[in-house]
Order: sequence, then C-alpha cells, then structure tokens
Amino acid sequence: MNNSNQTNTDFEVRSLDAMCVNESTLEHKWYHNFKYLLVGISFGIIFVKAEIVSWFRIQEMFRLQSFHMYGIIGSAVITGIISVWLIKKFNIKTIYGESITFHPKSFNKGQIIGGTLFGLGWAITGACPGPLFAQIGTGASVIIVTLLSAIAGTWLYGYFREKLPH
Amino acid sequence: MSFIEIIKQPWPWYVAGPLIGLTVPVLLIIGNKSFGISSSLRHICAACIPANIPFFKYEWKKEIWNLFFVGGILLGGFVATDLLANPQPVQINQALATELAQYGIANTNGLVPVDVINWSTLFTLKGILIIVVGGVLIGFGTRYAGGCTSGHAIMGLSTLQLPSLIATCCFMLGGFIMANLILPFILQLP
Repeated sequence: MNNSNQTNTDFEVRSLDAMCVNESTLEHKWYHNFKYLLVGISFGIIFVKAEIVSWFRIQEMFRLQSFHMYGIIGSAVITGIISVWLIKKFNIKTIYGESITFHPKSFNKGQIIGGTLFGLGWAITGACPGPLFAQIGTGASVIIVTLLSAIAGTWLYGYFREKLPH
Repeated sequence: MSFIEIIKQPWPWYVAGPLIGLTVPVLLIIGNKSFGISSSLRHICAACIPANIPFFKYEWKKEIWNLFFVGGILLGGFVATDLLANPQPVQINQALATELAQYGIANTNGLVPVDVINWSTLFTLKGILIIVVGGVLIGFGTRYAGGCTSGHAIMGLSTLQLPSLIATCCFMLGGFIMANLILPFILQLP
C-alpha cells in the first residue's frame, strides 16, 4: 500500500467536512481521549440545563417567539470569535506544545442544498446532531431511532455523493 | 438559595452561550481539535457500515476523540436530568402552547413533546415523519453541508468562514420553512 498517497486522499476526503481534519501528528495513548469525554459531559449538561435540546425552544426560535436560542448562538459565536482571535494573536499552543491549526473551508453547493435539508430536519425533530445524543441521555429513548435515522441519512449521502451537485 | 439550587434552575442564554463558545478554544487547546458534532455520525458509518463507499474509507480511528465527545454529551444529558433536574415546569411561550394544544400536544413539560414523540407514535405516519424522516434529513443534510450547527454555526463562524455563514443561513431558512409552513400540517395528522 502506498502510504503517502493514501494519507493525502484521506485528508482530502476528510477535509470536506467542517471538522474532521485532525492533523495533529502526535500519537497519544487511547486514554487521552477521556478529556474529550469530560468536555462532552460538560457540554451535555449545558445543553440540557439551558434547554437547548428542547423541542419547544427550537419551535419558539423558528416562530420568533423567544430570544433564548438567538442569544445562545449569538453569544457563543462572539465568545468563539474572541477566543480564536486571542489564540492567533498570542500564538497560543496546545497543552502538548503544538501550534494550533485552522482549516479554511471552501464553498460548494452542498452548504446551500444540504444546509436547507438539515434546517428542515432541525425544525421537525427539534434537534441538531448534538442534542440528539443529549436527549437520549435525558431518557427520551425513542430518540435512539432518530439518531439511527440520522446515521442512515449520513450513509445515504455517502452512497449518493458522486451523483449529487457540489 | 444554595449553589446547587441555583444550578438546578434553567440556565439563561447569557450563561449558556459563552460556555458553549468556550468549547471552541478548549478543544483547540487540549488537542488541536475543531469543534464539530455531525462528523461523529460519519465516523459511526465508517466504523460500522463502510460498505466499500469511498466517503467512508478513511482512518476513522484517528477521529475517535469525536466519539468520546458525543458519548460525553449523552452522559451529560443523563447527569443534568437525574442529578440537576429543574423542579419547576418548563416555561414555554403562550402563543406556542395555544397552537400546540390544537394538535393535541398538551404536555409541554419535558424536553421532547411526549404526545407526538414516543414509541407508540413511531408506528404512525406522523411519528415516522417526525422521528425517522426528520432524523434522515439531519444526517443527510449535515453531511451534504459539511457540518451542523456546531461545525458551521459555532466553529465556522468563530473562524470567520464565509461558507459557514452561507450554511448557517440555509439551516435557518430550512427551519423557518419547516416550522411555519410544513410542520403544522404534519402535526395535524392523526
């Protein structure tokens, strides 16, 4: 197997995503992943306590009946912009001493077509992918079916990808 | 009021929003990871049902941190519900409550409307549209768009990416269309 070619293709395929371009060359023991589990737990608690995973809050947002979700997304983005600016300005490194890398995204029609399709699903289920996991955690067991359907939807995209406009 | 009682109240947007925004630098600093959630669905496909599809042929094990992250979100949902539950009923907009009551959604207490999203409605047309078709739209749409609310709206906008702004506007467009023009018809189904 040609290793370098494989890696390049792999990178190109993965970089079509908003994320999924972990180019950290450092290898860590598997248990280092537990720090992401902890961040995830905090994130899930915020999701539930701020009712971001509430179907009703999502309906209020899309009916312009509440400022709550706009306030959350807006203040999250402002916090993110300031954080990224600080990281770039002071060249802040990771805890392993690596430089932090950012990956510019390129435009394709998928952001319009796929984005609108996702929006339809967001309003009907009252959840985006993160809240699906949190809702299952809150005990709404039937959401497992929604999650499995979302996995099936992702698979269908992969299957039909070559035929779709990009 | 004790600290734990304050924590149990619903958190206001100006507390939750900045905390969610801080996930961006935290993930970057602890391991150079770009915040994103929908990709976890792709990693699950790559790990379980790759079916020789090129889109799923990559080293998903490199991205396993993302599966730990979403596993944590699930556990966090459990912790928040079982240990930090809000003793008061959830407050929702009165106009919304009135509208939903017309469709037989009287119980607005939980985070999901149990009157339409439960195991027995799953086998009705309404249930299939909301629970299954909705899920497929989430999975298909986010992957086609290259990210979801976290990867595009939060991470993408934090790094000032124009494609993410376009994607976010389309998320909202789809949401407005569904909630106002299509969902009322779906909720009217028996």
